[in-house]
Amino acid sequence: MAERTPEQTPKDPRPTVIADDVHIVYRVNGGARGKGSATAALSRILRRTASPGMREVHAVRGVTFVARRGESIGLIGSNGSGKSTLLKAVAGLLPTERGHVYTDGQPSLLGVNAAMMNDLTGERNVILGGLAMGMTREQVRERYDEIVDFSGINEKGDFVTLPMRTYSSGMAARLRFSIAAAKDHDVLMIDEALATGDRTFQKRSEARIRELRKDAGTVFLVSHNNRSIRDTCDRVLWLEKGELLMDGPTDEVIKAYEKETGR
Amino acid sequence: MSTVSETTHDSVVAMTSPPSPDDGLTPAELAQKYGLSVSGARVGLGEYVRELWGRRHFILAFSQAKLTAQYSQAKLGQLWQVATPLLNALVYFLIFGLIMGGRGNMDNHDYIPFLVTGVFVFTFTQTSALAGVRAISGNLGLVRALHFPRAALPISFSLQQLQQLLFSMIVLAMVLVGFGHYPSPSWVLIVPVLALQFVFNTGLAMVMARLGSKTPDLAQLLPFITRTWLYASGVMYSIPDMLAKKDVPEWLDDLLLSNPASVYIDLMRYALMDDYSASNLPPHVWLLALGWALLVGIGGFLFFWKAEEQYGRG
Repeated sequence: MAERTPEQTPKDPRPTVIADDVHIVYRVNGGARGKGSATAALSRILRRTASPGMREVHAVRGVTFVARRGESIGLIGSNGSGKSTLLKAVAGLLPTERGHVYTDGQPSLLGVNAAMMNDLTGERNVILGGLAMGMTREQVRERYDEIVDFSGINEKGDFVTLPMRTYSSGMAARLRFSIAAAKDHDVLMIDEALATGDRTFQKRSEARIRELRKDAGTVFLVSHNNRSIRDTCDRVLWLEKGELLMDGPTDEVIKAYEKETGR
Repeated sequence: MSTVSETTHDSVVAMTSPPSPDDGLTPAELAQKYGLSVSGARVGLGEYVRELWGRRHFILAFSQAKLTAQYSQAKLGQLWQVATPLLNALVYFLIFGLIMGGRGNMDNHDYIPFLVTGVFVFTFTQTSALAGVRAISGNLGLVRALHFPRAALPISFSLQQLQQLLFSMIVLAMVLVGFGHYPSPSWVLIVPVLALQFVFNTGLAMVMARLGSKTPDLAQLLPFITRTWLYASGVMYSIPDMLAKKDVPEWLDDLLLSNPASVYIDLMRYALMDDYSASNLPPHVWLLALGWALLVGIGGFLFFWKAEEQYGRG
């Protein structure tokens, strides 16, 4: 907590992320109910009816919270409750429908699904992925060996020079995580990353996340694993159907969540 | 770590029961007090250009990766980069050269280079537009996972097409020499022509990228538009010769010759073919080429930037 400036009381470290009544709506084409025929579509266009073949999914509904420096915040909730969507909005990757997200610096989303090209070798994907995250060419070159060693894909032969489509799903996920974790972040958001790879790799990635947490101002973690939330987070946001159901210390919220889900 | 969890705990309580100076502030006021900025907001134009320049290595690497990935499953691999345009040129030679035997008042010696130059140069613009329309909508995974100026995508795609064209130019040089058009000093003009066309194409790709991100249907429609454009741009025939036979007003002649595709094609022919004289070019052709590049290049960039914060939705 060395970054605390004099005018701030110990109780009020700097806020790093402020979500103010955030609403996020996905618009999905081709999910329309009712008539899907060409003539129906044409008549809708001619009559200028709203949403021709368009359905709206209101994924996040009015979430408000303040995250401060040094906090490690877990996001829990059932599948489709809007956790990942909320993180993407905080990262500025999804536009909000209403409300605002204010951040200190540029939050980074550490996902295992960052886009890669399956037709390219692992080697080129490491370089491309690093550049895509905003690293310079020198940084990528510097960290290249580190990334490949960390992913461990070369443990079973020279796989890094093979196209990624030849990798097993676990290997590909490990490489993706290794690339994503190679950068230091101010506000770090981790989306289910801990579930990647085999047991050995999970241990290694947990250790890496703890390291990243030390450098990062604030950490968000999405997980369905209550144990890993308990291990790493001191505050938990519980989302359900896009609404913030509960916001508080880990123990309280997890207890309520487990009671609700019957676990 | 115990201090961390204590502070955190307190700050959570502070939000519900307030003993802090921040209390009573609305989230917006709180954000202002600590100098937080809106996440994902569109940055100013200067800053945007600076960010984009910072990503130049990514733009280049991405375009090269796309180019390589294209043929990575084929047995001949990257040889297809040259083989594809070569086969294209062969087909044109077969149909127009051998079967139809030239066209209008041009014989094979002139017509085949005329045609192949036209096709390759037009394809450069056409594929840039087609790639541009899917630049955002086809890369939503990337857009939703990483933070970078989105203009990097259409620029990267049009850069990929430029590299593709450079392979085609190798074939074009072979065709030219094969039909007796040997390299001359005027071949240097290739560089400014390609540079201007590249700027034009990039602007076009950015316009298409924004339109395509809102209306994916455009990807279905665009091939028909570009094909119409192809037929109207004098790729397979000479516009002045064609219109001379018809009774059409002169302004239509000028209009067709001033359209950007035909401007760049004609300039390329002028640069490469010895007997394609300046009389085939419309007046002020270099100004037209420059004007189109600046208008569409800068206009397209501004148009794309205006919706920067909207990409990734839907």
